[in-house]
Formats: sequence, C-alpha cells, structure tokens
Amino acid sequence: MAVVETDPTDPRAAPDMAVAKPQGYWSGVMSRLVRDPVTMLCAGVVLALILAAIFAPFLGLGDPYKGSMIARLKPLGTAGHILGTDEQGRDMLVRLIYGGRLTLFIGLVPVVLAFFIGSALGITAGYVGGLTNTLIMRTVDVFFAFPSVLLAIAISGALGAGITNSLVSLTIVFVPPITRVAEAVTSGVRKLDYIDAARATGASAWTVIRVHVIGNVLSPIFVYASSLTSVCMILAAGLSFLGIGVRPPEPEWGLMLNTLRSAIYVNPWLSALPGVMIFVTSLCLNLLSDGLRSAMNVRD
Amino acid sequence: MTKLVDIQNLNVCFKGKRTVHALNDVSLAMEQGETLALLGESGSGKSVTLKTLLGLLPPKRTQIDGKIAVNGIDVMSLRGKALQRYRGGEVSMVFQEPALALDPVYTVGHQIAEAVMRHKGVNKAEAMSTALDMLDRVRIPSANRRLHTYPHELSGGMRQRVMIALALACRPRLLLADEPTTALDATVQIQILLLLRELQKEFGMGVIFVTHDIGVAVEISERIAVMYAGQIIEEGTTREIIRDARHPYTRGLLAANLHDVARGERLNAIPGAPPALEVRPESCPFAPRCPVAMAECRAALPPVFHPSDRRRVACLRAAEPIAAE
Repeated sequence: MAVVETDPTDPRAAPDMAVAKPQGYWSGVMSRLVRDPVTMLCAGVVLALILAAIFAPFLGLGDPYKGSMIARLKPLGTAGHILGTDEQGRDMLVRLIYGGRLTLFIGLVPVVLAFFIGSALGITAGYVGGLTNTLIMRTVDVFFAFPSVLLAIAISGALGAGITNSLVSLTIVFVPPITRVAEAVTSGVRKLDYIDAARATGASAWTVIRVHVIGNVLSPIFVYASSLTSVCMILAAGLSFLGIGVRPPEPEWGLMLNTLRSAIYVNPWLSALPGVMIFVTSLCLNLLSDGLRSAMNVRD
Repeated sequence: MTKLVDIQNLNVCFKGKRTVHALNDVSLAMEQGETLALLGESGSGKSVTLKTLLGLLPPKRTQIDGKIAVNGIDVMSLRGKALQRYRGGEVSMVFQEPALALDPVYTVGHQIAEAVMRHKGVNKAEAMSTALDMLDRVRIPSANRRLHTYPHELSGGMRQRVMIALALACRPRLLLADEPTTALDATVQIQILLLLRELQKEFGMGVIFVTHDIGVAVEISERIAVMYAGQIIEEGTTREIIRDARHPYTRGLLAANLHDVARGERLNAIPGAPPALEVRPESCPFAPRCPVAMAECRAALPPVFHPSDRRRVACLRAAEPIAAE
C-alpha cells in the first residue's frame, strides 16, 4: 500500500471537509426574516397598505370626495358603506384607503430623503473628522435643542400648510438624528484595521469610503431610519390634524381624525377609525423595524 | 543594485494632547529579498516604523523627519495617485488581527480581486482568477469554494492566509508583516511562519517582520534589529544576535525565556518598564533598567559601535568582552 507523504503544515493535505455552501449577507438576512412570524405579519400589513395606497384608483372604489347630505355619519356596517360615512356623507372605507396614500407618502418620503442627506453628512463628518466634523455635528446639535414635534410644527407653521411644505419640514426634522447615527458608526468603522488594510493596498480615499465605509455603515443607518418611519407618519398625521399639513378636502388620516372629532359623541366608532389606522400602521412599522434590526444583526 | 529599504535618521513624533516621540533617529537598510525581524516590546516603535513606510500615519497629528527610500522611491514625497500605486504595488502589509483587517461585508475573493483590479487594471473575471491563484498559493484548501466565502466563515489561520494572499496579490517587492502570528494558535503560528518563508523565496521579495517574540524572529528572519524606546539599539544577523548579543537589553530578552528554567524558579525578567516617550531621550533610554549602566550612560546618548559590517550596537559597553552579569 502506498503511503502518501503528507506535509503536516500544509492544510491542503487535510481531508477536504465539506465547505459549507457560502451564504451571502442578504440571503442570510432573508432567511432570518422568513423565520420570524411577527415581522412577516407586519411586513404583510405594511405591504398591503402600500399596495392599496398605490393602486387605490384601480380598485373600483367610489369617489373619495363625493358626499351625500342624506347619508351623513352612517354607523359601521351600513349597507353600501361597510365602514360607514363621515360628516359629509363620504364613504369611510374609500377615504381611509385614499387617506393611506397621503399619510404613507408623507410618512415615508421625508425619511427616505433624510436617509440620503443624513447619511451623506454623517459619513463625511465621521470619515473626514477634524474641523469638518465639528462644523457638521455642531450644526446638527442645534436642531437637537428642539423636540421633534415642536420643530416640525415650527417649520411647517413658518412655511405654511400644504403637502410639499410638510415634506420639507419633516425632512429637516429627521436629518439630524440620522446624521448623528451615521457619524457615530462611521467614526467607529474608520478606526478599524480593514480601513487601514484597504489604504495599505493602495485604495484611494474615495474607494475606501465608497466600498468599505458605506458597505459597513449602511445597514445600521438603514435600520435606524426604518425605526423613524412610524414617528414620521405620526408627525405627518399630527401636522394635518393641527391644520398645518394637508388641507381639506384631501383624504388624510390625521385630517380625518380632526374633522371627525366633532362626531365623537354621535358615532364614536366612526371617529376612532382613522386613529386605528394610524395606530396599526405605526405599530407594524415599528415591529418591522425591530425585526429588520435583529435580522440584519445590528448591535447598538 | 538599489537597496530595498533605506531609512535615514527617521524621527516620528505624535502631537496632540500629549506629545509622543515614537521614533528617534532610526536608520535601517535592507538589501533586496532580505528578511528582517524588528524585535521589541509594545510601544518600542515597531508598528510606527511600518506605518511610516506605507505613509499610513495621519498627517495632521504626526511630524515626520528623515529620509525613507524604498527601491529608490522617496516615500515621503509621494502624493495622490503615486502613493496609491506605491501602496500595495511596491509595498504591502499583513496586519496582526486578520479578523479585523478583512472587510466583513465582502467575500474574500472580492476583496483580493478589488486590489488586483486597482493595480493591474484588469477586468473582474481576470482579477478573480488571480485571486483564486493567490488563495491556492497560500495553501488554502478547495480555494475555488473559499473564494466566495465571507471572512467570518473562515478560521483565524485561514483568514491570515487570505490576508497574506491579499497583500501579495500585486507582487510587492517588500512585505511588511505586523505581528502576523500573534493572534493565532501556536500550531497555526508555525504554519503561517513557514508559509511566509516559502512565499518569500518563491516571490523573491523582502520582508520586514515585526514581532515581540524572539522565537518567531529567529524562525523567520536572516537579520534582526532590536528596537527599544523608538530607537534601534542593536542590529545584526540572526546568528550574531543569538550567539553574541552585545546590548544588555538584547541579552535580557534572550535570558528571559522559558527554556532551561527549572520548575518553581523565578524567570529572568528585565526589571522596570520602558520609558514614556513624552520627551526625546537625551541619554541611553535603557540606562534606568540596565544592570551594567555607568554614569556616562545617563549623561548622553551612547555612540553606535560597528563591530562588523552591517552590525551595530548602541551601547557604551558593547566593545567590552561579555562579562558575567
């Protein structure tokens, strides 16, 4: 029998043990998400709301602006109006679905905008450091002096009511916290050996940021931003409720809550409906963000 | 033939809340293809020397004087694109902790290929085949499957092999190894040392190997330079250092090993601790701990003796025959 000489220091000589099939980062995240029923349920609800909002005009629903003087404040379960009608006789189901359009739009867009602006500012501040860091972070700190609700009201009040102004004011509210998180994770990553290792193999500063910094800081920032969507949605509804957001007769949950407020003694369940929608949506967004955080292994 | 490394009177000083004179008048020369071990304890300036060679120190807070030439290239004057070509192309580095030196969000093949694309200007497919070849050269089993694994899926030894593959992918003339075996198990350590030695012969490159482990230095290197308090206090071939150490610090290091010590007996440690380098040493920095120090040692920096070619000792008593201490 031939004895094969093996070099003990050469691991190639070791029996080729089955190398586990490499799993990418995102497929790992997906497989963890799928195993989490609460997150999946919340993702389903949010997805259904978003789809309903996008495809509302194609669902064969009635006109959300068309009222009827004789069918006002009908209770839940009325024939033809499953969720009743509002104070002008408009169908609540239709208005809630169309209302989701605006509320979700004003709830998500500022966070997405703030995510890009805040990440850019925070990564720049964290990576460059020094005077640049001081300038960006101290400016951001000024915004922290105001509670977010107050800041949103102040900016919206100054700009005036309207959808665009709500978007602008909410974006300004959410840029500072995202910048701060981005700066913190970036300055943590910048000190790590692989950044030096990348520079030692001749990567330019731009390559280091684009490949190694962004690749490592984006998921914590993303998870943090996703946790802000529910806050943003509540703030958006709050602005409309106060009359400095969306203007009537647009269907919007916060605005509907305001106009139905007067009907609370006549038909309390009806006036609670927009609140229920806000509550369920923000709960699902929060739980979804928690699920994403654990699936993406973000520790903080 | 140009010297591979020629460092002349290098001074590195960190400014900040506290000034630290990390390197004081370091001169070092290496021929092509040589392996040099920089030996010294923590804070003696080994890693600073390596980082200065790569120009990795933060320019705002560091003051660097002196001349560094690698293969005739004046490192200190390199900027921008030329510096990027030099880093990784001419000189590259293996870090101490492979778990931290590899980016966790990219596959190892991707990371090696990225460096190859940067320097050789080839397309992704060619770069990946170079990466595969490199993984094979660092003796990684089933390299084509490892190519698509993430760093966390590999063991410490494997990660260090990947790190070496990454450093050597662009065929540098000089490899800087910053304690590459410190974070590894003893059995893996020797594998990595043997691998580095083989690759050094295969590629004909020079290696500067930083370590605090005298055993490792002896195993890997032809020459040893001993550092203390930001200075090179003794340099010679490995044989000269082991057989005929002249500096009391080197002798102390050699005496402080575990071999030939009876059980229960106290180890031969060097008393005291190295000096804080907040002021530039004006006298022999080792004098406070030195068993044979004289009044002159505390008065001025000791002169450098050259007992033979390329051998030097910075000690007043180096010329004396080795006396029983």
